[in-house]
Amino acid sequence: MANITADLTPSKADTRLTTADGKPLKAALAAAQSHAKRRAFFLVLPLLLFILVTFVLPIGQMLHQSMYNPGFTLHQDVISKVKTPIMVNVRNWFDTNPPGSEPDEAAYAALAKDFLLLDELRAAGSVGTRVNYDLSGTRSLFTKTARKADKLEPPYKAALLEVDEKWANPEVWAVMRGASSAYTINFYLAAADLTRDVNGEIASVPDNRALYVKLFIRTLLLSVLITFLTFILAYPVAHLLATLPLRYSNLLMIFVLLPFWTSLLVRTTSWMVLLQSQGVINNALVASGALADDNRIQMMYNQTGTVIAMTHILLPFMILPLYSVMRPINPSYVRAARSLGATSWTAFRRIYFPQTIPGIGAGALLVFILAVGYYITPALVGGADGQLISNLIAFHMTRSLNWSMAAALASILLGGILILYWLYDRLIGIDNLKLG
Amino acid sequence: MASTQSASAFVEFDRVQKSYDGETLVVKDLNLSIAKGEFLTMLGPSGSGKTTCLMMLAGFETATHGEIRLGGREINNIPPHKRGIGMVFQNYALFPHMTIAENLSFPLEVRNIGKSEREEKVQRALNMVEMGSFGARRPAQLSGGQQQRVALARALVFEPALVLMDEPLGALDKQLRETMQFEIKRIADDLGITVVYVTHDQTEALTMSDRVAVFEDGRIQQLAPPDELYEQPCNSFVAQFIGENNTLEGVVEKIAGGVALVRLDSGETIDTVPVNVSRKGERTRVSIRPERVETDAERLGADAHTLKAEVLEFIYMGDTFRTRLRVAGRDDFVVKTRNAPDRARLHPGQVIKIGWLPQDCRALDA
Repeated sequence: MANITADLTPSKADTRLTTADGKPLKAALAAAQSHAKRRAFFLVLPLLLFILVTFVLPIGQMLHQSMYNPGFTLHQDVISKVKTPIMVNVRNWFDTNPPGSEPDEAAYAALAKDFLLLDELRAAGSVGTRVNYDLSGTRSLFTKTARKADKLEPPYKAALLEVDEKWANPEVWAVMRGASSAYTINFYLAAADLTRDVNGEIASVPDNRALYVKLFIRTLLLSVLITFLTFILAYPVAHLLATLPLRYSNLLMIFVLLPFWTSLLVRTTSWMVLLQSQGVINNALVASGALADDNRIQMMYNQTGTVIAMTHILLPFMILPLYSVMRPINPSYVRAARSLGATSWTAFRRIYFPQTIPGIGAGALLVFILAVGYYITPALVGGADGQLISNLIAFHMTRSLNWSMAAALASILLGGILILYWLYDRLIGIDNLKLG
Repeated sequence: MASTQSASAFVEFDRVQKSYDGETLVVKDLNLSIAKGEFLTMLGPSGSGKTTCLMMLAGFETATHGEIRLGGREINNIPPHKRGIGMVFQNYALFPHMTIAENLSFPLEVRNIGKSEREEKVQRALNMVEMGSFGARRPAQLSGGQQQRVALARALVFEPALVLMDEPLGALDKQLRETMQFEIKRIADDLGITVVYVTHDQTEALTMSDRVAVFEDGRIQQLAPPDELYEQPCNSFVAQFIGENNTLEGVVEKIAGGVALVRLDSGETIDTVPVNVSRKGERTRVSIRPERVETDAERLGADAHTLKAEVLEFIYMGDTFRTRLRVAGRDDFVVKTRNAPDRARLHPGQVIKIGWLPQDCRALDA
């Protein structure tokens, strides 16, 4: 005992502990663990790279694309890949004249000069497309003007107006000014149903063109409704799964998972078979006389169809976290509450339910996030008013080819989900999340 | 048996049967009266029906047949929360999302007791189990023994006349278990409550109880105070289950004057007390407690029967010696002797004579 204290005393005196041969203890510890740490790092390296390449980079690129569109500033030749700056003169004019100034002869001269280059590069189409994003019906204006670019003579204003009167429209000039910088928040403005007026001020778009905000709100409301419906349906099922004897609960679990193992497309189309106006449910109702033949219920190609099909498809994502939380809850908690004088309702409300909250949180978060970004089901059964924001993102990706717009919408969605996640963490605590 | 209702009984099981599947009976014809203030232990191996009986009393299982009465009132159809019975569970069942004080306050809240009175009762109950300063903690922050104390306080805080305990000390280590045994006994005596205690640990049953009911195969095998249970087991199951026991098998040769002469399978004859043998020629198991066997021939009475024994193993256990012997053809005969200065330490291979008083040797069912 005595010699141990003697050994300890000097190392306590100087604050840094050392090993028996005098190396600093921290360095020795790091050296001893370095091999294991290196090996652990190499084991996770493939996943790290995979996530970097397939997840972090695309999201980064999406965020970049939502604010960057060089359609008006840079042309890349399809074959030679040579990048040429375009619309340089007009951009210079925009830089020297404040927003809202009337385009003068110099502006038209700059435009005519730029069109010569556009015609030579055959780039008028892509520039027109870029302007067309903000003001529809202008693509042909650019292609037409480019074709006649080499015949333009001063005075350029008159010459251009000769080609098309639209060149006198201040909106066209305002949109070109907006597109004149590759980096822009205009796509975000458009996603919020806002635009820039001729003076460059932010203004709301006319009501008949307002689309996105309504769709965002609808997506949120439908997702909340679907989350709530899955919760109502899943809670008793999960409870049953957690409390039944194992051989019954295994069978029931297969019924829960069976749809999970079936293709999403198959499940959605089977809902179409069931719900359409000539479908199984309507036919059964008509055949049984509960419904007149000319009065069939419209359950598809509207919000009802989207809600029904998505509630069913997302149900397992609610059941499984709930089940994983309920399974380990010992039945003696409720028994204890009952023996202490609580009615079965009080025992459920005060003892059982609070212990399932982590599962409810996890399930709700999972279902909500999936619902907000759901695409296939609303696309197939949603019809016109059952579409969600993701369908519009897909539209911009595949039809209008306005990728910046799609990226801006997707970024807003991502931001919204991150905010929700943050709120969840503040209110319930992310460490309370139990996914399984 | 006719109705066993008696004036003094506080808890009564009257011809109670219980079946879970409709094919086998888990509890077969249970008749049991418990007096007010009594500490009764239900002791038995797992699957013997003791926990089922407790759950029927608490109201979590329904009796398939028969009546259960509490304070003279039939409670078969009264839901658990109206029975007013405190219960301590094996895993304590402290609500994990509540603090200790909230746990204790819960039974008072559901009884609509005012806040100040609640706080006072909670504090008093916590002080009683010496946990007065732990009210703000959560169950997960307490050790097993502390959780046990809290669970006890919670079962007592609403002042029930009857408290049920379902193997409450099963998860504790040995030393803590012994401390808690005395603690529970002390509190039960102080408060004058009736306790029904379920355990499979016979030491626990013997040290705490006023009476012990030994369960096996859905029946009470013996219901007796601890000393009687240990010294006068009424059948070979009880003799085997309670304490350590040596068994010798044989056939009854003669019964006369309260003594049964048994001829062992190895040929020797011994005097025994007939317990459940009644006629000549019946097979029997003879039971002798290890500490009632005398290895020192000089200490035996002149009329004592002795048997030849070979020492197989001698284990020094501190306060006692434990000697394994070969007796009457069996290798598992154990003798316990107190470690006293005048006691010889035996050696394996040594051949000695052993004997006992006839009244310590009981002829039970085969």
